[in-house]
Amino acid sequence: MNDDTTQGKRGEDKGAAEDGAAVFLERDALQTLLALLQSGGYRLVGPQVRDGAIVYETLGGAEQLPRGWHDEQAPGRYRLHYDPASPRLFAWANGPQALKPLVFAPRELLWEAHRDETGNLRFQDCLPSGERIAVIGVRACDLAALALQDAHFLEGPFPDAAYHRRRTGLFLVAVDCSHPAETCFCAATGDGPRVEAGKGAAWDLRLQELEAGFLVEAGSRAGAAYLARLPARAATEAERAAALAQAQAAVARQTRRLPAPGPSAGAPCHDAAGLAGALTARHDHPHWHDVAQRCLACGNCTAVCPTCFCAGDEEVPDLAGTASRHYRQWDSCFTAAHSYIHGIVIRAETRHRYRQWLTHKLDTWHAQYGRSGCVGCGRCITWCPAGIDLTAEAEALVP
Amino acid sequence: MNPRPPAAPRLRVAVHKFTSCDGCQLAFLNLGEQLLELAERVDLVHFAEAGPVDPDAAVDIAFVEGSISTPEEVERIGRIRRASRYLITLGACATAGGIQALRNFADGDAWLRSLYARPETIRSLATVTPIARHVKVDWELWGCPVSGRQVLAAITSLLAGVTPRAEEDKLCLACKRGQAVCVMVARGEPCMGPVTRTGCGALCPRFGRACYGCYGPAENVNTRSHSRCLAGLGLAPEAVRARYHFITSQAPAFLAAGNSAQDDVT
Repeated sequence: MNDDTTQGKRGEDKGAAEDGAAVFLERDALQTLLALLQSGGYRLVGPQVRDGAIVYETLGGAEQLPRGWHDEQAPGRYRLHYDPASPRLFAWANGPQALKPLVFAPRELLWEAHRDETGNLRFQDCLPSGERIAVIGVRACDLAALALQDAHFLEGPFPDAAYHRRRTGLFLVAVDCSHPAETCFCAATGDGPRVEAGKGAAWDLRLQELEAGFLVEAGSRAGAAYLARLPARAATEAERAAALAQAQAAVARQTRRLPAPGPSAGAPCHDAAGLAGALTARHDHPHWHDVAQRCLACGNCTAVCPTCFCAGDEEVPDLAGTASRHYRQWDSCFTAAHSYIHGIVIRAETRHRYRQWLTHKLDTWHAQYGRSGCVGCGRCITWCPAGIDLTAEAEALVP
Repeated sequence: MNPRPPAAPRLRVAVHKFTSCDGCQLAFLNLGEQLLELAERVDLVHFAEAGPVDPDAAVDIAFVEGSISTPEEVERIGRIRRASRYLITLGACATAGGIQALRNFADGDAWLRSLYARPETIRSLATVTPIARHVKVDWELWGCPVSGRQVLAAITSLLAGVTPRAEEDKLCLACKRGQAVCVMVARGEPCMGPVTRTGCGALCPRFGRACYGCYGPAENVNTRSHSRCLAGLGLAPEAVRARYHFITSQAPAFLAAGNSAQDDVT
């Protein structure tokens, strides 16, 4: 999102090119775009290989992008492989995080309180700087998740000031996902693998990576302004056809899906009611006990989920007893503190916590935000140390 | 139930040592400037590692480092408890036995006889036990060593008249907040994070090493499933047992998990 788009509105497309208007950019010219964004005042954040995974961190230039890297994902397992012959920069599915930590900080100072000599308390807001960040290589699932985070943090009666400031500074360079992982199911949720105008959060530029380079199009006026300065040429029919075939193959590679009971069976589940009502109706299903035998209640699924937004608060007083800092940090429905209410932990057992996570994500989210809270990124499957697969658990509950 | 916090503004504090390596006292000392700031608000009446020595002083807060491994220590911890308003264990040894509690799984006498020229000069108990097996403990600080931040947080809470807040979430959440890549999922490392309480700032995983559980069990752990995960990564049942029976072996959840590891993974 940038200055030219309306904050918080999903898919609102200002000056976007039509799908057919994509131009072709040589792969080496991507650095030109990155340099332009940097000189335009953006800090670049993009995918890089670190500690055996593809993570989004500050990017110096295109040479740091994960050229030739591929991922292999399975329940509870993630590995990277390097192919020196591959020229591609984005031939992998998402790693553990992407946009969420940039807008919903894992831990942040919300306010400080100071006590003066007379005993009066003074409170002070502590907002983030409002830094402009250009994120390179955002996937469709994460754009869908960003739209949901926007709905939660910005579109309610009390917009979140810290989220808003971070969100407003984002410039999004999206890329179609050409290599979904074995754990991915964005095609089934209707959120990917293609980046499309009007679906998910608005993006500024969209890339489709081919063997020789990229098809590029703009999704905002700011995106169009950058695109106009790039050494691009009209895309050929063959390049368009290759991009389309690649997109179809990316869909065909996906095997997982969420159950879609009732009249909406077969439809992408957020277009219809999906599992709304289906899990609350199975509150006492014996399968909750079954999954709790395997669930570690570690909260990894919620931490990597790009739509999970729960936070806890912590007060950190100083030693002198004259000031205190109030922090907010990622919490999880798998912690005791999450359901602690005045002396009682409401969800003391793992089966209650897993039920809370799955029921909210796939069922009651519909009533709250108008669609499922799952965008099919598969992160909760890959990054669960016990390899619990939410599509399989949902299937067991709603066969 | 937690006791009522103290109302008096200037607290008397003691730091006692039992069977331990002194590392937790050093973690306390390493607070540096903050320790000087702390000295403005409390009286450190006994802290041998830092200077002041008055082991029998009556205090508001007694921090206790180390576990009970000798007859003399059994007697001394009782005296300290009687002279202290609040007793807080400091680190893995005091809270869950420490590395020396490994002798609980072996024949300690046989070790003595094989290692020492004159074993009859050594008076040690057959087993090593956490402080809470001997006296009432008001709050526990975990870790090998303890986190200085947590020590300060406990004292500032008591100074403010509120009960210290227990940090008992799984380490995984701290890893994810710190953007550390999961060593278990991405590298197949046998990490104890999913059953271990947070507090260390995910120190080991941030350096690519599997958590070895020095902060002891988190709340609501599923050790059976975790043991199976470790076995799935290639650990033999005995190696799974050894992960639980390590630095915090006397924590009930880890003691039981180690004892049942063989059954859990087969």
